Amino acid sequence: MIERLLARLPRGARAIAMAGIVVGIAAFWIALPPLQARSPLWPALIGVLALILGATAVSRGVKRLGWGAIVAGVAGIGLGYLATRSSVAHLDQVVVWSALFAAMLRYATPLIFAALGGIFSERSGVTNIGLEGMLLAGAFFGILAADKLESWVLGLLIAALAGGLFALVHAFFSIHLRADQIISGFAINFLALGLTGYLFIDIYGGQGTPTDIPEIPDVHLSFLEDWYFLGPIFGRLNLMIWLAAGSVVLAWLVLFRTPIGLRLRSVGEHPRAAETVGISVYATRYAAVTLSGVLAGLGGAYLSIGFVNSFNQNMTAGRGFIALAVVICGNWRPFNAALIALLFGFSSALAQRLPAYSESAAVLFQALPYVLTLVVVAGVIGRSYPPAAVGRPYRKQ
Amino acid sequence: MSEVEGGPPPEGPGRKAEEPRQGGDYAPSAAGRLALWQKAGGLAVPLLTTLFAFLIGGLVVLITTGKNPLTTYKAIFEGSGLNWFLEVGSYEIRLPFTDTYVFFPWNTNDFESLAALNLQQTLIIWVPLVLTGLAVAFAFRCGMFNIGGQGQYLVGAIIAVWIGSSLEGLPASLHIIIAVVAGALMGALWAGIAGLLKALVGAHEVISTIMLNWIALWVGVYLFSLGGPLQNDTQPSVPVSNDILEESKLKVFWGDPLLQGLHVGFFVALAALVVYWITLNRTTLGYEVRAVGFSPEAARYGGISVARNYFLAMAISGMFAGLAGALDILGWQFRINTNDVTTSTIGFTGIAVALLGRNTSIGVMLSGLLFAALIVGTSTRNLDPEIFRPELATNLTTLIQGLVILFVGADVLILWLLHKARLRRRAPA
Repeated sequence: MIERLLARLPRGARAIAMAGIVVGIAAFWIALPPLQARSPLWPALIGVLALILGATAVSRGVKRLGWGAIVAGVAGIGLGYLATRSSVAHLDQVVVWSALFAAMLRYATPLIFAALGGIFSERSGVTNIGLEGMLLAGAFFGILAADKLESWVLGLLIAALAGGLFALVHAFFSIHLRADQIISGFAINFLALGLTGYLFIDIYGGQGTPTDIPEIPDVHLSFLEDWYFLGPIFGRLNLMIWLAAGSVVLAWLVLFRTPIGLRLRSVGEHPRAAETVGISVYATRYAAVTLSGVLAGLGGAYLSIGFVNSFNQNMTAGRGFIALAVVICGNWRPFNAALIALLFGFSSALAQRLPAYSESAAVLFQALPYVLTLVVVAGVIGRSYPPAAVGRPYRKQ
Repeated sequence: MSEVEGGPPPEGPGRKAEEPRQGGDYAPSAAGRLALWQKAGGLAVPLLTTLFAFLIGGLVVLITTGKNPLTTYKAIFEGSGLNWFLEVGSYEIRLPFTDTYVFFPWNTNDFESLAALNLQQTLIIWVPLVLTGLAVAFAFRCGMFNIGGQGQYLVGAIIAVWIGSSLEGLPASLHIIIAVVAGALMGALWAGIAGLLKALVGAHEVISTIMLNWIALWVGVYLFSLGGPLQNDTQPSVPVSNDILEESKLKVFWGDPLLQGLHVGFFVALAALVVYWITLNRTTLGYEVRAVGFSPEAARYGGISVARNYFLAMAISGMFAGLAGALDILGWQFRINTNDVTTSTIGFTGIAVALLGRNTSIGVMLSGLLFAALIVGTSTRNLDPEIFRPELATNLTTLIQGLVILFVGADVLILWLLHKARLRRRAPA
């Protein structure tokens, strides 16, 4: 097992480039608590090391990663310099690693659920732009059910059901009617936005959702509570965060270690071949798309009854689309996608804490996750290998 | 190792054109279906689509509120001012920019008539809807789905409000032209980012334009929020921009300028419809754009640079949306606050306008009118709350938009139904 893992480690120039990226990040990190180097010399020195590593990698032909290391080095020097210039009090207030990591997990969870949904759907060959709408449907119907039925379990179930139903509409239009998948998915977003907004106003009016709605509970790990660093992060996480982590593992097992996953992927790669060997393309795609809606619905329910405990019109704020970017950058693989989702979660968590510096400029940092998505999509996409038949309607023979 | 370092692949236009293939392969564009769309018979599909959407919207009204959907729709219709066309009078209308009056059979001449006032509002909204609709439609013709109309509209509006409120002392016409052109160019730039990413690395335009929407939104909120760089100079506690100067406001040619009459941007929108048609159907650029839209492979084989057209089509489409933002500011909003920035949905409605209008000039014009009427008719100001709550009706509009997009996207369904009906009719004969 260990040997297999070792065999997968990068070698040669790739390893140099990756080391360069890590060193570039370290250039920034050294200026932050707890080390908090106050002289700009430290980030500069370490950053230059990253530049050298990156340049070496580029000269040896590892272009993309090498340039990544150079960018990381430059960013490390710049950010590190800024950090050495800002006051210690500010730094201590903003950079509380355990709080940042806990917030990262909270922000990443809806993305992970939606991205897993996207992976299932797209692995079966159906693009799912409608994730945003399914998240929103899950958020609204989740909180509605939790409120009216006075149970968060039922809230979760109804949220999954709502997400699944919207996904079913998308599936029907894009599989049976062979509508353009992007347009049909986009229509789902509009439908969900209109329907949830309409019902929200109709049922809750101007006051918004009540405050005494049953919430998804946190998981208390009392033995962890006193541990240094890990305690504050993992001690009291919401149940859904653990479920998200479990779902990632489960999704990987199903997709890559079971016959079902093999069938699903073959439908997404070459539907005709799959049908020839007796796999029903339509049934597989229906199942995958519906599952993606169920997962997105759960992610939405976490948003409304696990995270912020209220609902607002259009509260998902583009998270479904970020999840889509996560799917692409994660190369349609659950673990990679989860890592990317954590990266986005971290940027959101950071944006949340930056108002300590400047109220008005902090607004600008709200754009951080979106800028990051743009950069990552632009940087990674040439390297991504989508399922061969994704987005193509299939006509039964 | 020397092999890797050795001959780098030739970096010519031909080589560059190869690269977007991967992005194109992910969720292939709507281009293939466009052929069908353009062929599929005339008006039948959009009309049936609209009917379907309103039918389902009516069902929602009936189920959730128990009210008669027809009464609701009638109230929305009257709120939109379209009933003005029913009050045929025999009066005159003032020609724009002049003091001459000409005979105009429809004008009831009472500018204060409720229908006329409402219709002015509808047409004011029609202007940006047509332009953002064209923005979506142009990209569609090149096989791309530009969801970024909202962001392009916002950056156009932001730059227009900035220029309109500064540069004192310029002659009025020049001031307006600079502001409008800057708005359009800013929109082009914003969309161009997505076009460039698609052309160079194959980043899917749906994701990049949506991210650009959110970035534009937060930049706008930042600029006009308290303490932001473009926040009002005289009212430090209100998150709003400066008012644009008097001389940079567009002329109102129908109605009372104080009551938000119809501004001359109306003619710009009309002109844009013509320009759109000419560019697509009578120029080399339009030919190449459409060729890429139908089949990037074939276009590349025919010697057309796919990457270049992706970029150009995106930039031009952003230009339309940026123009919409600039005209809205100079024509009737005059200022922009952070709330406008976050709640405006004009650019998204443009998607429904383009899809229902089947990406044609005339189609966009008509579907723009439909959605403008829906938006104005369901606004808090125009919809009688006794009949239907406007907050609900706004969401009803979104719902109907979604249904329209869904059904238009699946026009195969409607074509198939038509086909079935035709077969059945033929069978007994």
